[in-house]
Amino acid sequence: MTIREYMKDNIVYLDGGLGTLLQAAGLKPGERPERWNITHKDEVVKIHCDYFDAGSNVVCANTFGANVLNFDEKELEEIIKNAIKNVRTAMKKSKSAQPKFVALDVSTIGRLLKPYGDFDFEDAISVFAKSVKLGEKYGADLIMIETMTDCYETKAAVIAAKENCDLPIFVSNAYGDDGKMMTGATPEVMISMLEGLGVDAIGVNCSLGPKALMPVVEKYLKCSSLPVLFKPNAGLPRVENGKTVFDVKAKSFATEVSRAVKKGVRLAGGCCGTTPEYICELVKKTNGILPKEIKQKNITWVSSYSHAVEFKNQPVLIGERINPTGKKRFKQALKENDIKYILNEGINQQEQGVHILDVNVGLPEIDEPTMLETCICELQTVTDLPLQIDTSDTTAMEKALRRYNGKAMVNSVNGKEESMRSVFPLVKKYGGVVVALTLDENGIPDTVQGRVEIAKKILAAAKEYGIDKKDIIFDTLAMTVSASDSAAMTTLGALKYIRNNLRCHTVLGVSNISFGLPNRDAVTSTFFALALENGLSGAIMNPYSYDMMKTYFAYRALRELDSSCLEYIDFASKIEVNSATVKVEKNNQNTYASDLQKAIIKGLKTEAAEITEKLLGEVDSLDIVNNEIIPALNIVGEGFEKKTVFLPQLLMSAESAGCAFEIIKSQMPGGENSDAKKCKFVIATVKGDIHDIGKNIVKLILENYGFDVIDLGKDVEPKTIADTIKKCGAPLLGLSALMTTTVPAMEETIKLVHKEIPDCKIVVGGAVLNKEYAEQIGADHYAADAMETVRYAEKITELV
Amino acid sequence: MNILLQKNYTEIPINKAEILRYAGCKNDCELPLVDECLSEVKDKLFYKICYRFFDVKFTENEIDLGFAKTNSESLRRNLDGCEKIILFSATIGIEIDRLIKKYNKISPSRALVFQAIGAERVESLCNSFNEEMSEEFLLKPRFSPGYGDLSLDIQKDIFNVLECPKNIGVTLNDSLLMSPSKSVTAIIGIQGRK
Repeated sequence: MTIREYMKDNIVYLDGGLGTLLQAAGLKPGERPERWNITHKDEVVKIHCDYFDAGSNVVCANTFGANVLNFDEKELEEIIKNAIKNVRTAMKKSKSAQPKFVALDVSTIGRLLKPYGDFDFEDAISVFAKSVKLGEKYGADLIMIETMTDCYETKAAVIAAKENCDLPIFVSNAYGDDGKMMTGATPEVMISMLEGLGVDAIGVNCSLGPKALMPVVEKYLKCSSLPVLFKPNAGLPRVENGKTVFDVKAKSFATEVSRAVKKGVRLAGGCCGTTPEYICELVKKTNGILPKEIKQKNITWVSSYSHAVEFKNQPVLIGERINPTGKKRFKQALKENDIKYILNEGINQQEQGVHILDVNVGLPEIDEPTMLETCICELQTVTDLPLQIDTSDTTAMEKALRRYNGKAMVNSVNGKEESMRSVFPLVKKYGGVVVALTLDENGIPDTVQGRVEIAKKILAAAKEYGIDKKDIIFDTLAMTVSASDSAAMTTLGALKYIRNNLRCHTVLGVSNISFGLPNRDAVTSTFFALALENGLSGAIMNPYSYDMMKTYFAYRALRELDSSCLEYIDFASKIEVNSATVKVEKNNQNTYASDLQKAIIKGLKTEAAEITEKLLGEVDSLDIVNNEIIPALNIVGEGFEKKTVFLPQLLMSAESAGCAFEIIKSQMPGGENSDAKKCKFVIATVKGDIHDIGKNIVKLILENYGFDVIDLGKDVEPKTIADTIKKCGAPLLGLSALMTTTVPAMEETIKLVHKEIPDCKIVVGGAVLNKEYAEQIGADHYAADAMETVRYAEKITELV
Repeated sequence: MNILLQKNYTEIPINKAEILRYAGCKNDCELPLVDECLSEVKDKLFYKICYRFFDVKFTENEIDLGFAKTNSESLRRNLDGCEKIILFSATIGIEIDRLIKKYNKISPSRALVFQAIGAERVESLCNSFNEEMSEEFLLKPRFSPGYGDLSLDIQKDIFNVLECPKNIGVTLNDSLLMSPSKSVTAIIGIQGRK
């Protein structure tokens, strides 16, 4: 019998702690327990055998840290081979009769993935893949991915397991007493992501005792449609009379865990501090409890790395602004690879209150797969909102879905055979909630029935691919009402039918409805209200539209979705507060030369942008720069040099000036700008160094002073730096290093650049450097801070 | 027997003067931005420590720390007169890195302030832990890898015995730096009981 068959009708008993028992058998602190599979076979086999005798069905091989980061490939193969063999030997030795299985134990590789660590997601997949392949080769019955504390690393492990073996996959995560994982994910995030990835069982282990973990397990039981596993610690360890004791004893452990089994846990065992005695008690205590049936929960969830958004009664807002269609400035940003602009669109929409961000970067002249992947990864460093991957390019879609941290929303599939054939396999492999458009080879039906038929066809096809209907959200396509009188009503009719009769969720790109009409927001927001009343679950919309947000908050208040109208009141009150603050600020403006100068000196970004916008109607843009922005920056810069202004204030002013510049740039005809006239300045953090705050500060200030800064980022190869300077002809290079260990890399870079481009002047800075040190390694200048860099650069450019 | 212990703190008092100092400001500098950032980071941090006691032995050219051996002279001076040490790792979690990363892209001034807050938070966490331990023991000042001539290489041994990734979510990269970045590892010499 396979484990998949056995778990259908039985409660599966897992094993308990291994590390604590190995230590009791003589494993030294810091010694790798996996080597004991070869050097101390008898001890390892005995522990496994004791677990089987106690009643465990599944025993994990001693392979917790068996991966290529801890062992070379040859040793790794020996370890995994012996580890599995040891469990098999124990199985034969054990006298008890229950069905027995061996799991390859897989856990964290001990490296935090990018962007917060330095380890690449794909590299993590490769590390896991090697262990998984060996596990299958040497006869494991299943893969147990456990004690995972990071959502992204868990995804890497699951993808590796899915791609490299056909074994059942169990996934268990470790939660803290705040109910979250170490890197912030909630149970909802893990449940939605892992169900999407299609594993066999999910659950919770380690970190806390059974009682403390119960709320997390209950969430799993409430929300998961998969079998739930539970492997808590025997409480927390403490020292008592010089001995380690765990505060939950075997009997009370068994009582607590059996409660969880009654509630529906299907696979139970223990983690740190538990012993065969604990499993024995657990088996006794749960004797006679029938496995609880697992119900389909039908929860439609998309998630980020931190939280999940559920499609239910509350309308979901999906911000539509990350999309180049009809936006000149956005297209320009895409062509110039101006990621910062795109990131700001994300952050601003989040501040407006959207729940999900749509990400569309399709433009004929750019490499969409690369751009989409970059944007998805970068956006996930500035926002914790779930993302909707919006593309018709399936290569781009796959890349983005694979890299995405969480369970993404995908836009879109439609009723065409071709579309379903290419999109559904991706959703099946990586998980996701997919938007399905009710159109097919014959176009968009102009009847309600026509659109509903397509929806049914899509649902049937999805089922064949193994995709649940909870992961399909229908878009019945809002068409321009000015082109056809019945456009809105057809869309709404199909929407209502799908929500009420097919019991699926729905979205609409609501703005289309008003195309070509004057005062579009009035039409769009009224249509939005009608759609909500007809069963719209979520809207792809413009959150900067005041009318839309008014409708959203008002609808919720009227529809019993906003208790005591609190959120509506909050929304309405914020607007008043904002106008009040502007009034107060206006009163004491006389100490500054102008409003804009004041905004910049005080570091008020929004004000700087607003005033610039107003001024642009009256004054020439170059005059704004020369008569307002530059003098303000000079006042702040001089203050910094005199130490009356400090670094954070200098930066706030620089950012405000940046906002003013951005407004000026956005109003320039046809995306032209004066960059070509500026002096180029290449900047980088040297190879091996991952600190870039200092470098970014210098970059910002240089840009303020009119330099065209080419930022190569951090951890940059000397050759890349030299090649860039050759290509763009910059007369200046700035290098930053924060660690003593990377100063040699800086020296190497300086040598190479001086050799290949003798005219280029190199200025260096960073915590580990000083004037003497800079001279020693051959730099042309040492700058203690950003302003000094500016002054040096000004001096050099005067000479050039 | 030396076993791995853990501590979680729910709150650590804030030292604003330190934050300002880390941000490059004078003590009396008024910076509303610091308060804004503090309120943004509120509830996003956790304070975790894992630690272990070891016996320390000195030979002529080596110190045996119980989990690793080193010939660091500065550590030898620091541990003079000690028979035991506390080895610990402390972290305030990854959320501060998320904020620093986010604002590094869109607002360097905020990134700088969050950087300063993170530095102050993890140092204050270590101080709280120190104070708690010093209720029971007479302690030497804490000593971290990278201080004096104690090489960063010892980080590998520390991570091996404290199992930081599993216990408090701290990882070590190839350059021996820790993520989350606002994490500390250190050795505290114990001179005796109080």
